[in-house]
Amino acid sequence: MTEPREIGVDARMTEAEAGRRSRVLMKGNEAIGEAAIQAGCDAYFGYPITPQAELLEWMARRMPELGRVFVQAESELGAINMALGAAATGARVMVSSSSPGISLMAEAMSYMAGSGTPMVLVNVMRAGPGLGGIGPSQSDYFQATKGHGHGDYRVPVLAPASIGEAMELMATAFELAERYRTPVMLVADGILGQAMEPVELRFRNPERHVFDWALTGAAGRPARIIKSIDLQPEVLERRNLALQHKYAEIARQETRFATECMDDAEYVVVAYGTAARVARSAIEKARARGIKAGLFRPITLWPFPTRELARLSRHVHGILTVELSSGQMVEDVRLAVEGRCPVAFHGRMGGMVPTPDEVVGALKALSGKVERTREREREQQQKRHSGLLEDRTGGHRRATEAASRERTQGAEVGVRAGTRGGGER
Amino acid sequence: MECSVVFAGFGGQGLLFTGQVLARAAIKDGLEVFWIPSYGPEMRGGTADCTVIVADHPIGSPVVDQFDAAVAMNLPSLRKFGPRVTPGGLLIVNTSLVTSQTSARAEINELRLPCTELAARGGDDKLVSIVALGALVGRLGWVTPESVRAALREISAKKRPEIVHTDLGVFEAGLEAGLRVTA
Repeated sequence: MTEPREIGVDARMTEAEAGRRSRVLMKGNEAIGEAAIQAGCDAYFGYPITPQAELLEWMARRMPELGRVFVQAESELGAINMALGAAATGARVMVSSSSPGISLMAEAMSYMAGSGTPMVLVNVMRAGPGLGGIGPSQSDYFQATKGHGHGDYRVPVLAPASIGEAMELMATAFELAERYRTPVMLVADGILGQAMEPVELRFRNPERHVFDWALTGAAGRPARIIKSIDLQPEVLERRNLALQHKYAEIARQETRFATECMDDAEYVVVAYGTAARVARSAIEKARARGIKAGLFRPITLWPFPTRELARLSRHVHGILTVELSSGQMVEDVRLAVEGRCPVAFHGRMGGMVPTPDEVVGALKALSGKVERTREREREQQQKRHSGLLEDRTGGHRRATEAASRERTQGAEVGVRAGTRGGGER
Repeated sequence: MECSVVFAGFGGQGLLFTGQVLARAAIKDGLEVFWIPSYGPEMRGGTADCTVIVADHPIGSPVVDQFDAAVAMNLPSLRKFGPRVTPGGLLIVNTSLVTSQTSARAEINELRLPCTELAARGGDDKLVSIVALGALVGRLGWVTPESVRAALREISAKKRPEIVHTDLGVFEAGLEAGLRVTA
């Protein structure tokens, strides 16, 4: 599907250069749809909502062309429950929507997690709460990583920062869904859905496995049952333990993140998706103004790269989290950092996007605060140091005085000397 | 190099399309590019705009505060984006619709073009945005005119091959206008 290369542009063009020039312009929503198709998506179910509508439109056109299943359901609930049914047969299944629609799908997400049904769900996030607006947002971080439905479950959440990366991660999403028998979410924001970027038409179709759980007709073999209900607490606890074991395994094996400009970084911006791109511009500007900043970009929001951030927090001066929200991921950042360094936050809501200048401003505020704290600590240390010197001589004098008093007043002095001695240790 | 332009005007003036032509031309020149439309409810209200960022390195922020160039095809667009052109930047104003109003900013270059008349001279008075693209490319040279022509041929060949010739004619009219003012 590559576009024909122009002939005679430059005979000495390198292969990489030719590759760059043969990229095609694709809209995020359409690129995600095509990547799903090329990853072998058998069935798509959806219901239109801005800013994700072009994804549904792309599937509406392409899936029937390929003889695959496309259903525009009567509602988001209908769509995801159809997906649950299709996925139970072992088909590669996808659903997409935007924030309010994802809320409607929450119940089925819980059922799919509980019954171990693989599915890929794309959320092109818009601003909430409620119907909110159609502007770009990352305010569904809590929903994606901690919530949607009820019960003790998690789903892997992938967060691309470019259209090219979204295409690659679609294949990863199907892979993870089938490897771990779990729903997988891919979260983009309205900008990634609506924007166009040059992409290489390189796709990946994950290997197919024979599922020993899929409902394919029980002729000649024992029946299989896919369900989430288990009324015996002992049995249900075992199922839950198995799920938790699976989540621990996913956390060990599937945590993904990227870093930029981290070698000499004293300050780190933690951001994902579109916010990470704003951060990238901000970091360049901040460095020009003498703040050594780097970027830490979680690609999996769950599992969150906790260990890596914890390691970072031991040697950087401060961390700034930037989100298109009131501050959701920043909670996971703080949990990872455990107070080892200051964690600041900058975010915009309602469909607004932070500008690079705003982020530079927040970085300056953070570095200023850190510098002031360090200055204060230095002063205090100096004071303590000179105070100690004074204390030692003073202590000696006082001890001598006390010793002479002791002869007359008894034990009181011993207590004082003991206190001072403790302070000096 | 990283440059941004906003194409703004009424829905139907071909602004989103023109932004895509520029984006495709940038790819042909081996550059990075980011195209983002305003997809808000204003689209339904009649105005439309898209931002295109062209760079020779991976593009960071998709959101631009100050534009290196702006194309204002109508008065609301002039009012909205005129003040957001960076000092020393270029503002192209369509005088076929914006007859007397200006940005009133001495620190930017305001290029005033009768886009409808120029488009008519090129072969189709509806292709006003292509005139603006021609002028932009002629004036600022972010992408090569040859890449724009190739992009136009490619897009039109797929959809309406009969208008390729007109597209190219209108682009030349804009290009000339952009180059002429520079001289």
